[in-house]
Amino acid sequence: MPDTQALVMTFLTSLKNATARQTAELLRSVISQQRVPYTNQAGALIDAVKAVGEQLIAANPVELAVGNIVRRVLHIIREEDLSLTTAAIGELNLSAVSDDENDDDRDGNTTLSAAAVAAAARSTLRPPSLQTLLEDTPVSAAVPQTSSSGGDSEGKTADKSSRSRKLKHDVIEAVNELIQDIVTCHEQIAEQAVEHIHQNEVILTLGSSRTVSEFLFAAKEKKRSFRVFVAEGAPRYQGHLLAKELVARGLQTTLITDSAVFAMISRVNMVIVGAHAVMANGGVIAPVGMNLVALAAQKHAVPFVVLAGSHKLCPLYPHNPEVLLNELRSPSELLDFGEFSDCMDFGSGSGSPLLHVVNPAFDYVPPKLVSLFITDAGGHNPSYMYRLIADYYSADDLVVQRRAIAGN
Amino acid sequence: MGAQKKRAAAAAAAARVSEDPDDLARQPLQAILLADSFTTKFRPITLERPKVLLPLVNVPMINYTLAWLEAAGVAEVFVFCCAHSKQVIDYLENSEWFSQPNFTVKTIESHNIISAGDALRLIYEQNVIHGDFVLISGDTVSNMSLTQALQEHKERKKKDNNAVMTMIIKKSKPSPITRQSRLGTDELFMAIDPNTKQLLYYEDKADHSKGTICLDKMLLAENPSISLHNDKQDCYIDICSPEVLSLFTDNFDYQHLRRHFVKGLLLDDIMGYKIFTHEIHSSYAARIDNYRSYDIVSKDIIQRWTYPYVPDVKFCGNRATKLERRGMYRALEIEQSRSAQVGSFTVIGYGTKIGSNSKISDSVIGEGCTIGSNVLIEGSYIWDNVIIEDGCELRHVIVCDGVIMKAGAVLKPGVVLSFKVVIGERFVVPAYSKVSLLQQPTVHDSDEELEYADNSSGTVEFSSIQGTADQSNGEMTSESSEAHKPKLGTGGVGYIWSICEGGQEEEWRHSVAPIPEDKLTELSEAMDDDQELVTQDRTALSTSGELISDSNASEGDDNEDSKDDSVYFEKEVEATFLRAVEENVKVDHVILEVNSLRLSYNMTSADCAGAVFYSMMKLAIKTPHSSASELQQNTANIITTWQKLLKSYLLEIDEEIEIILKFEEMCLESAKEFSPLFARILHILYDKDILQEDAILRWADEKEGADESDKVFVRQSEKFIQWLREASEEED
Repeated sequence: MPDTQALVMTFLTSLKNATARQTAELLRSVISQQRVPYTNQAGALIDAVKAVGEQLIAANPVELAVGNIVRRVLHIIREEDLSLTTAAIGELNLSAVSDDENDDDRDGNTTLSAAAVAAAARSTLRPPSLQTLLEDTPVSAAVPQTSSSGGDSEGKTADKSSRSRKLKHDVIEAVNELIQDIVTCHEQIAEQAVEHIHQNEVILTLGSSRTVSEFLFAAKEKKRSFRVFVAEGAPRYQGHLLAKELVARGLQTTLITDSAVFAMISRVNMVIVGAHAVMANGGVIAPVGMNLVALAAQKHAVPFVVLAGSHKLCPLYPHNPEVLLNELRSPSELLDFGEFSDCMDFGSGSGSPLLHVVNPAFDYVPPKLVSLFITDAGGHNPSYMYRLIADYYSADDLVVQRRAIAGN
Repeated sequence: MGAQKKRAAAAAAAARVSEDPDDLARQPLQAILLADSFTTKFRPITLERPKVLLPLVNVPMINYTLAWLEAAGVAEVFVFCCAHSKQVIDYLENSEWFSQPNFTVKTIESHNIISAGDALRLIYEQNVIHGDFVLISGDTVSNMSLTQALQEHKERKKKDNNAVMTMIIKKSKPSPITRQSRLGTDELFMAIDPNTKQLLYYEDKADHSKGTICLDKMLLAENPSISLHNDKQDCYIDICSPEVLSLFTDNFDYQHLRRHFVKGLLLDDIMGYKIFTHEIHSSYAARIDNYRSYDIVSKDIIQRWTYPYVPDVKFCGNRATKLERRGMYRALEIEQSRSAQVGSFTVIGYGTKIGSNSKISDSVIGEGCTIGSNVLIEGSYIWDNVIIEDGCELRHVIVCDGVIMKAGAVLKPGVVLSFKVVIGERFVVPAYSKVSLLQQPTVHDSDEELEYADNSSGTVEFSSIQGTADQSNGEMTSESSEAHKPKLGTGGVGYIWSICEGGQEEEWRHSVAPIPEDKLTELSEAMDDDQELVTQDRTALSTSGELISDSNASEGDDNEDSKDDSVYFEKEVEATFLRAVEENVKVDHVILEVNSLRLSYNMTSADCAGAVFYSMMKLAIKTPHSSASELQQNTANIITTWQKLLKSYLLEIDEEIEIILKFEEMCLESAKEFSPLFARILHILYDKDILQEDAILRWADEKEGADESDKVFVRQSEKFIQWLREASEEED
C-alpha cells in the first residue's frame, strides 16, 4: 500500500499541527485501502491500524490526541467485529438446527463448526486477560484461526466475503461518526454553557482554547451577561488573542498577567479552562501556568472546570508527567536571542553556560484540583474518567506499541 | 449558526491562503545547498568525510539544513556536492529525503570546483533555477520562517528590478569579545540604510590595529541616513533572484560569496544592483564555520534555541531520544553504571555503555560508544562507536568515529582526533593538536591557500600587537613539534599534525575549547585600546549609532576631490567627443559613452552638459578660421550637427544656465576668441532651441547683482535680452 505510506509520510511531516480529526481521517483512508482477506478481517484491519498508529505515536509522543484516536479506531474495529460475530452466531445456530432436522450424517460436522463458532465467540467476547496485556500476543491473531476453522463448510464463503465487506463498511461508517463527533465536539460542549454560567458571574480563564471561547460565546448568545478575566498565558500570550476575540463578541473582558491570578481569584466565581489531554486518573495536561490557576482556585474554593472533547481523553496514567509528557520549547519565546547572546557565551570561562532557559509547554494538574470535567457527553467528576475511558477504549489497545515493554 | 460561521471563516481563510500560495505556487521555491564549504577549517576530519555529514548532536549537519528548507516551504533543493561527493550522494539516497512528498532533493556533482563562485556558475550552466531561490550552505542551522523575508524580497523586486538579493542577518550582543568567543569569527561591520534596509557596506575583518573602518564618503553623501552596525551576525542565508547566478557567470573572478560577490556588488554602482537585509529576532540561524562555532551551535541546539530541530523531536530520522530534567537527552538502550554521573546538558546516543564512577558533563556522546570507568568527559563531542578505556580524561575535544583511547590517555583542551585513531596508554595529547590516520598534506590547493593567506593576514597583524600571546604560543608549538614523531604512546596509531604556519596563533580562536583566561583578557584589552584610539580620533562609532550625513563636515574634502574629478571628467568627455567627430560615430553611441563616463565619475547631468558644450566649443576654436565671422559659422555648424547630443543633457533649466555660465567662463579664460562673439553665439543657441528664453533671462537676472567685471557679457548681449523680454511680454 504505497499510497497509504505516502499519506502517512505527509502526515508525519505535518504533524506539527496535526489534530485528532486529521488522525481519524488518515486512519479511515488506511482502513479503506487495506485489502481484507476472507478470513481474519478484523485482525488484518487491527494490524494495519496498529502499524500506522505506532508510527504516528512515535513521531510525536507528546501529542496524546493522536494516540487516543488510534486507540479509538482500534476499539471501533473490535466493537464492529464483535457485533458481526454475535450476528453470525445467531445465524449459525439457526443453520445448525436446520441441519439437525435434515441430515444425521453431517451432525458431527455441524457440531464441530458450532463448537468452533462458540470458541470464536468466546475469544471475541472474552475480556482482555492480564496475560494478553503482558505477553502482548495480539488477540487478533487468535480470533482469525478459530473463526476460519468455523468457515470450513461450503456455502459460507460468499457469506464471508459479504461479511468482510460489511465489516469494513461498518468500521468506516463508525470512523466517520467519530470524525463527526470530533468536528462537533465544540458545539456539543458549548450547548451546556448556560447550565454552568450564570448571570453576572465572573469567569477566569488562562491562555486561549477554542473550546473555551465557543463555550463563552454560547453563553453570551443565550443573553447571559457575565465578565471574563483572561490570564495572558505567557510566554505564548494566547490570552491576548482570546481577549481580542471576546471583545469582538461584546463580552466584558479583563486581561491580567499570569502572576496576577492569585490577586484576582477572590473576585472570580468560576475558572473555565481548556486542556491538552485528560489522563485516565482525571489529571489534566494543560498549557503551562494551569497548575497555578488550579491551586489558586482551590485556595479560594472557586470551581475549576475543565472543558475537553472526548478525543482528549487519554487511557494512560501519567507517570512523571511534568517531564515525560511535556514538551520543552525554544527559549526564544522567553527572551530575544540577540539581547542575551552574551550569556550564551560558551567560548569563555568553563565552556558551560551559566544561563539556562527552560520553557515547558505544559503543566500537570492533579485530579484533586479539578472540580468538573465538561465533555461532549456531559459533565463528569474526575473520578468518573476511568468509566468514560472504559466506554471509549478497549483495554487490549492501551499499549499500541508491540514491543512496548522491551522499549521502555 | 456557529458552525456556519466557522465554515464561512474557514472558507475565507482557505481562500486567503490559496491566494497567497498561488503567488508562490506559480514558481515553486527552489534552493541551492552547497554541500561543501570550500575551506579547510575542519581538517583533518574533512579529509575522510565531507563536512556536511559530520554529526552535529548526533545528526549529520545537512539534515538540519534540509529539514529547515522543507519546513520553510522550499519545494526543490539542489544539493551541490564537490568534495567526497560520493559519500554525500550515497547518504542522501539512503536517507528519507528522497522519498518526501512535495520536497525534491536533487544532487549536482562536480569534482573540479574549488569555490562557491564556480559552483554557482556550474548551476547556472545547467539552467535549473527558474525563479527566486534560497542560497545556503549545508552547514547552516536555522528555524526561521522564510515567508516574511521572501515576501519582502518579492515586493522589493517588483518595485526595483535591481534588488537581487536579501541577506538574512541577526542581532547579537556587541560585547567586545562576543563575536570571537561565540562563533570564532572576526568582527563584522555593516552599514545599513535604516529605512530601506539596504546593505551599503560589508566588512568582515575590520583592521584591528587602527580601530577604525573606512567608509566611502559617497555613502554619506548619497544616503540621508546610515546606521553602522557591529552587532549583526551574518546568517549566511540569502534569498536571491535568478540574476545572481548570471552575475557570477559574468564576473568569472567572483569566488567567495561574501568577500567577492557581496563586496563586488556593493562597489559596483554602474549596474546598480542592490542587496537588502532582513533581520530576524526571535528565531535562530547560524552557520558552522569552524570548530568553535561547531561547539557553540551544538550547545545552542542542546539548549533548544533551534526548536523544533532538537534531539528529542523527530525531524529527520534521528533516533528517539528522551529529554530529562536539566537538559539531559538520553536515547534508548543505554547501559549506565549506577555510580556514573551524567551531568546537565548532555546527549547520550543509542546503545552507549558508561562504566562506573565516570563523570560526563556538557558533552555529546554518539551511538554505540563504550566508556570505561573513572573516565572524565567535559564539554566534548564524541561521535559513534568510540571506545574509551578506564581512567581517560577528555576536556573540550572532538573525537571522531571509531577512535580507541587506551587506559589512562589524556586529551588536553582543543584536541581533535580524526577517524579511527588509537591513542596509546597514558599518552597525553597536547592541547590544540589534531591527530589523524592520514599524514598532513604538504601542499594545499593553491586557491585555498589564497583564501587562507587572505584570511589570516588580518589576524596575524592583530596578534603581533599582543606580544605575550606569541610567547605562549611559541611554547605550544615546540611542544607539539616534539610530539610530531609519530608515536601516540604504546600501541598508538595516527599522526599528530603539525600546526600549520600562520595558523599557530589562532588555534585557540577556532578550537572547541573555551578561550583561555589570559587570551580573553588580552582580547578585551586590545578592544579597550581600540576604543581609546577611536575616541582620540573623534570618530567614535557608537555600537549601532546612526550617522546622519553631515553636509558641512564633509564639504571640505569633498570639494577638492570633486574638482579633480571634474577636470578629469571634462578631459575624458572631450576626448570622447573628438574621437566621435573624427570617426563619425552616431550620436546615440556618444550619448551612451558619455553616460558611462558620467556614472564612473559620478557626475550630474549639468556637469555633462557643461563638458559636452565645452568640448564642442573647443572643437570650433580648433577648426581653422581666419576671421571672427568664420569662427561663428564653424560654431553654428558644430552646434547644428551635435545639438542632439547636447540636448540629451539639457533636461531642466538649470543645465541650460550651466551652459551659459560655462560659456562665459570659457570666453574669459581658455577661449578668449569667443568673447566678442558671445551675444551672437547665444543667439545661435537660442535659435537652435538649445537654450530657452527662460534660461537666458534667469541668467541675466542672476548677473544683475554681480560685479561689474562679471557683467561684461550680460551687457554685450543686452540687446538680445531686451528683445527676449519684449517678446515674452508680447506673448503675455
